Amino acid sequence: MITMSIVLISLITLGVIGAVASIILFVVAKKFHVFEDPRIDEVEAALPAANCGGCGFPGCRGFADACVKSDELGDLFCPVGGNDTMSKVALILGKTAVAQAPKVAVVRCDGTCEHRPRYNEYDGVKHCFIAHNLYSGETNCSWGCLGFGDCELSCEFDAIKVNPVTMIPEVDDDKCTACGACVKACPKLLIELRKKGPKSRRIYVGCRNEDKGHITKKACDVGCIGCAKCFKVCPHEAITVENNLAFINDEHCKLCRKCVEVCPTNAIKEINFPPRKVKTEAVLND
Amino acid sequence: MRTFRIGGIHPAENKFAAGKKIKTAAIPKQVVIPLAHYIGTPADPIVKRGDVVMVGQMIGQASGFISANVHSSVSGKVVKMDVQLDASGYKRPAVFIEVEGDEWLETIDRTPDIKRECTLSKQEIVDKIKAAGIVGLGGATFPAHVKLMPPPGKKAEVLIINAVECESYLTCDHQLMLEHAEEILVGVTILMKALEVNRAIIGIENNKKDAIQLFKKLAVNYKGIEVETLKVQYPQGGEKQLIDALLRRQVPSGTIPVEVGAVVQNVATTYAVYEAVQKNKPMIERVMTITGKDAPSPGNYRVRLGTYLSSVVEEAGGIPEGTGKIVGGGPMMGRSLMNLNIPMAKGSSGVVFIREAESIRKPVKNCIRCTKCVTVCPMGLEPYLLMAQSERNMWPEMETNRTMDCIECGSCSYTCPSNRPLLDYIRFGKSTVGGIIRSRTSK
Repeated sequence: MITMSIVLISLITLGVIGAVASIILFVVAKKFHVFEDPRIDEVEAALPAANCGGCGFPGCRGFADACVKSDELGDLFCPVGGNDTMSKVALILGKTAVAQAPKVAVVRCDGTCEHRPRYNEYDGVKHCFIAHNLYSGETNCSWGCLGFGDCELSCEFDAIKVNPVTMIPEVDDDKCTACGACVKACPKLLIELRKKGPKSRRIYVGCRNEDKGHITKKACDVGCIGCAKCFKVCPHEAITVENNLAFINDEHCKLCRKCVEVCPTNAIKEINFPPRKVKTEAVLND
Repeated sequence: MRTFRIGGIHPAENKFAAGKKIKTAAIPKQVVIPLAHYIGTPADPIVKRGDVVMVGQMIGQASGFISANVHSSVSGKVVKMDVQLDASGYKRPAVFIEVEGDEWLETIDRTPDIKRECTLSKQEIVDKIKAAGIVGLGGATFPAHVKLMPPPGKKAEVLIINAVECESYLTCDHQLMLEHAEEILVGVTILMKALEVNRAIIGIENNKKDAIQLFKKLAVNYKGIEVETLKVQYPQGGEKQLIDALLRRQVPSGTIPVEVGAVVQNVATTYAVYEAVQKNKPMIERVMTITGKDAPSPGNYRVRLGTYLSSVVEEAGGIPEGTGKIVGGGPMMGRSLMNLNIPMAKGSSGVVFIREAESIRKPVKNCIRCTKCVTVCPMGLEPYLLMAQSERNMWPEMETNRTMDCIECGSCSYTCPSNRPLLDYIRFGKSTVGGIIRSRTSK
């Protein structure tokens, strides 16, 4: 008898507590309901779900929210999904997307062991940011790549890898989404997002050294010495030389490759171009 | 015997150059005088190429509140104004002077007589120290005159002279104290006058018994100067640790020592103050220690600023065989040098040769939560936690855990049984958090 009553009492007590709690929860849920635009979910589903932050918003949902709230898609762009994703988003929201040229990360340093001899040995923590905080690096170039791979660690897409032979990071064009994580990770500010270019062809100055020419030359074979030969030869006014360093503006560059030919230190890099036609003697004699 | 109350370690002393008389290093053929120091904005050059300068002539004008004048340490011709690598491998503006003779400015009193009377007023003393470009010679190179001008509303009660020299290997301050005790004491009275205080304490660690005896004997003749013997413990030379050891007062987080009524000056700085005020000699040379376990002749050298370290080392017998690392400054706080082709700056207190076997970092293992780093941290921080947060870029958390209080003494890394690079990560976190705080306050 006693056991029965204990079971009954507990059942009734718990049942009453449960009923009261459910009523409170129901009332609160109704009263404090936050309306969320269902389109946010739709847009989020269309996004690549990489949550890389390349768009400048906290994750894909943050971006979706911004897309729904803004009147125009103008500046909003998902670098990972590219124009395809943005047109899908535009379709959902009934807005027009502005097509942007796809971009890719480029590493503006070619200071391999061959080109840039090591003068000291760093045995501290193998992280670029810590080495950078301590001193200028193992070579005489205080601008160049440290080679410990903070960019590799920051990449969510496995697109940038430090080549173990050259100790310089290399970007996989197909995997790179231009999210900009490596740009932020590099303490030497070597990585830049540039236009991918037609057939992934692009030209850029592979150097960030702002020292005077003779100092650069001593430290590295392929450094930009600021001679401005490229600036003079460029027919499209795409090149500027500031602080002993040339820079090619990818908005104006027409990929004519004239600058590559004149660069005395091979600091200007051409990527994915077919091999040049070898000038035969007959042509030279003309 | 007194010492500071929190943390501290006892690294092997290895003071091989102790008791070695200060030798004056030869004047080099060319000097490169850096216009920038570790702290503060670089001085603006006031000479140009082709100018003839004399010893003691000002060549760089201080260009901000935390900045110091720079003077020529030799006589000769300015050959170029260029950039020069500093100890960390970055390029800093410098003046290159080719030496011709050794012509000093006539105003500088070069006699060895000790001049005790100082009739200058408080402001005149501070102005003279400022003009002489004196910076703290303990290593941080903080301009000395800034410390003598407490912020409005704050008043110093006591002057503390830091004669601790807690870094192992280094002996330059010790030797300076033995050879120039009287001058240093006069310097203390000058600083007391500049600060308007009646009391000064000279803190000396117990491993310099001869210096303690000498100072106790001489200090009797000077009113208000006490000499205190301190128990040997690293990092007692830290400003906040020394104040705690001598006055039993703790400097609150984020404030300067004058908050608890103390101003700390290094003993070598005091000597430089004496020379500047009484002898009109600006900051153009300093004593540095060249030492190491295998060093051919460890010793203390009086070197002109701007001399290449390589030429000083050459004079001290060259780099010993089997050297794995050359450290600029003491082995605990100093930084390893990339090469010796860097000019001596105001903060260069020594060059230490470390054997190859001792210089290699041991493999890093996992943290075993032994809390040895917490026990030894003289600032009462939790180094293991700060390192973990720095690894994960948790800057706000690092700030609440007071990473900015870290004095970068390296006790945590020294004591860690798992060889974890605690200080490397904390220093990185500290510089990042410092940047965040600066950008926030400037808004």
